[in-house]
Amino acid sequence: MTNEIASTAPQGTPAPEPPDRIMTLLAYADDNMVLAQRLGELISNAPELEIDIALGNITLDHLGVARALYTHAANTEGEGRTEDDLAMFRTERDYTNLLLVEQPSGDFAHTMVRQLFFDAYQMELWKDLSVSIDPTLGGIAAKAFKEATYHMRFSSGWVLRLGDGTEESHRRTQDGVDALWQYTSEMFEGEAGKYRSAWTTAMETAFVEANLEFPSDPYQRTGGRGGFHTEHLGFLLSEMQWMQRSYPGLVW
Amino acid sequence: MVVMSPEEQFQAIIDAEDKIEPPDWMPDGYRKTLIRQIAQHAHSEVIGMQPEANWITRAPTLYRKAILIAKVQDEAGHGLYLYSAAETLGVKRDEMQELLHQGKHKYSSIFNYPTLSWADMGTIGWLVDGAAITNQVMLTRGSYGPYARAMVRICKEESFHQRQGYEVLIRLCQGSPEQKAMAQDSINRWWWPALMMFGPHDSDSTHTEQSMKWKIKRVTNDDLRQQFVDMTVRQADYLGLELPDPDLRWNEERGHYDFGDIDWEEFWHVVKGNGPMNRERVAHKVKAWKDGAWVREAATAHAKKREARSAA
Amino acid sequence: MTYEVPVAPGEKAEIEETTELSGESWPMWEVFVRAHRGISHVHIGSLHAPDVETALENARDVYTRRGEGVSVWVVPSTEVHAFEPDAAADYVEANEKVYRLATTYEIPEEVGQM
Repeated sequence: MTNEIASTAPQGTPAPEPPDRIMTLLAYADDNMVLAQRLGELISNAPELEIDIALGNITLDHLGVARALYTHAANTEGEGRTEDDLAMFRTERDYTNLLLVEQPSGDFAHTMVRQLFFDAYQMELWKDLSVSIDPTLGGIAAKAFKEATYHMRFSSGWVLRLGDGTEESHRRTQDGVDALWQYTSEMFEGEAGKYRSAWTTAMETAFVEANLEFPSDPYQRTGGRGGFHTEHLGFLLSEMQWMQRSYPGLVW
Repeated sequence: MVVMSPEEQFQAIIDAEDKIEPPDWMPDGYRKTLIRQIAQHAHSEVIGMQPEANWITRAPTLYRKAILIAKVQDEAGHGLYLYSAAETLGVKRDEMQELLHQGKHKYSSIFNYPTLSWADMGTIGWLVDGAAITNQVMLTRGSYGPYARAMVRICKEESFHQRQGYEVLIRLCQGSPEQKAMAQDSINRWWWPALMMFGPHDSDSTHTEQSMKWKIKRVTNDDLRQQFVDMTVRQADYLGLELPDPDLRWNEERGHYDFGDIDWEEFWHVVKGNGPMNRERVAHKVKAWKDGAWVREAATAHAKKREARSAA
Repeated sequence: MTYEVPVAPGEKAEIEETTELSGESWPMWEVFVRAHRGISHVHIGSLHAPDVETALENARDVYTRRGEGVSVWVVPSTEVHAFEPDAAADYVEANEKVYRLATTYEIPEEVGQM
C-alpha cells in the first residue's frame, strides 16, 4: 500500500514545499506512529484471543497510515529521507503527535476510551482530507477514513459494552474518560477546530448509550503539536528507535 | 452384506483415506489423542505469540514491524482455529485455557527459550516455523476432518512466516559483520531446540504405532527430523551461517545428512517445565487472562441486559 | 513431533479435559464466508463472542485477514441443527432411487449433449 501511494507522488519536487505542509504531514504521521507503537505493546495481552486479533488489525492500520504519510512527507521534502529516517531519527522534541496517543494504554477500558476519542477525530480529519488538493494525501486519507470507520465501530462498541456492562467495567470506563479528557481539546486546535462539533456529537451519542458522564474538570493540557510532550513519549521513542540508534546506517 | 463393528467402520473410513467428522463414532483413545494433540498445538500457537511480541516495539524498521505484528496476529488466529477444531471433540476452549494456566496442559518446548536479539525474529521464522511446516504439511493429511482443515488454513499462512524469517536473516548475513555475528549467535542458540521440536527418537516415542494406524500421525519423528535437516543445510549454506554441529555431514550411502546427538537431558528438562522461560510464559498468559476477566464479564452482562431490554 | 509435547518419563499420556471455569464463557458462533460473488457461503470455522455485533467483527478479523471473503454470516452454534445420514436409514434408501439420477437415462448419441 505504502509503495503504491509513494509511487503516485511526484518524482522529485520542482520547487521547495512550504515547510508547514510537511510539518502537517509529519504531525498526522506521528499521531498514527505513536499510537501504533502503544497498541503494539498490547499484543498477547488481550482479554480474549479474538480481541488480540482485532487489536492487531487496528495496530497495522495505524502503522500503515504512518508509513504512507512519512513516505509522502519524505518525497515532498525531496531530500532522500525515508519513512524510517523520519520515524527513527527524530527526537521527542521533533515529534508533533497529540498528547492523547502517547498516553500509556492502562486497562482495556482506558485503551478503548483513548481509541474512541482518537477514532472519532480521525474520521472527521480523513473525511475532510480525502478531498484534498494533494492527490497523494487524498488517497491516503480516503483509505484511512474507511479504516477509521471500522476502528470507531470497534472502540465505540467496546465503550458501550463496558460502560453498560458491570459496575466494575462502568467505573473503569468512567475513570478512563476522566483521565484522558484533558487531552481532547488539543485535537481541535487551529484549523482543526472545524472538526470539534461533529466529534462532540459523536461523544454525546457514545456517552449516553454507555451511561458515561462528561468530566466536570475543565482543565485541558496541550503542547504536542509544538513538541512539548508528556514524559511518556521519551520512553516510547527510546524503545522504538533503539535498534536504529544502536546500529545506524544498516539495512534490516 | 457384512455387518461391521463401529470400530471396523471407523478404521475402514481411515483406510480409505476418508475423513472422520465430529458426529462419527470414534474410539476413546483416538478422541483423547486428538484432544491432547490439538490442545497442545493451540496452546503452542498462543504461547508462541510471546517470544515474537517481545520484539514488536523494537523492530528496526517500520516495514519489519508491520510484518512482525501480522505474524503474531496470525498466530493468535491459528490458536483460534485449533481451539475450534478441539471444541468439535467436546472440550471447551475456556477449559483448555484454564488447564494451560494451571500447568496441566503443555505447549511446545521451543517457546520456552528467550528471544535475545533481532536476529531471533529471523531464526524463529526460518527454523522454528520451518520445523513446524515440515510437520504441519503432514497434518493436513490427517484423518480428523476439522483438524486437517484447520491445518490447511494454517499452512497457507505459515509459508509467509518462514519466508519472512529467512529474509530477515539474508539481510543480516549480507549486512555488517555485527549483523552477521548477530545471526550466527542466534542460530547457535536455536538450532538444537529446533531439532528437539520433532520429539524423541522413534524408539523412545510412545504411541507412534497407534497414531500412524489412525493417521493422526503419518510420518515418524526421526523421518521428519531428517527431512528438516536435509532441507535446512542448503539454506544455511546460502546464508553463510554455520550450523553448530561438528558431526553434520553428507552421508552418500544414506542419501541424507548425518547429524550429532541431541542433548536429551536438556530436552526433558524443558518438557518438564524447567526451561529458561517456562514460568514467565505461563505467568504472562495467566496475567492477561486474569486482567481480562472483568472485560469478558462486562461483555456478557451487557449482552444479557440488551436481551432483557429487547424482550421487555 | 512439532507442537505435540512428548510424554516425559513418569508422566501420564492422557491430559485432563475439564476443569472448573473462573467465569462464564462467551457463546460460540459458526462462521460462513462467501469467498466471491456467485458462490454460496461456506462454513469456515467458529469463534467466541458475547453478542452478534462482536461475532461479526471478530469473524471479519479472524477469517478474512487476507481478503478471503465478500460476505460473512455468523450463526449461534446452538442454532445449527444437524441431520446425519448415517443415523437415518431413509436416506440410504434414497440412494436406491436411481431414477433420480441423470446418468440413469440413455440419450442417443446423435442427439448431442443434454
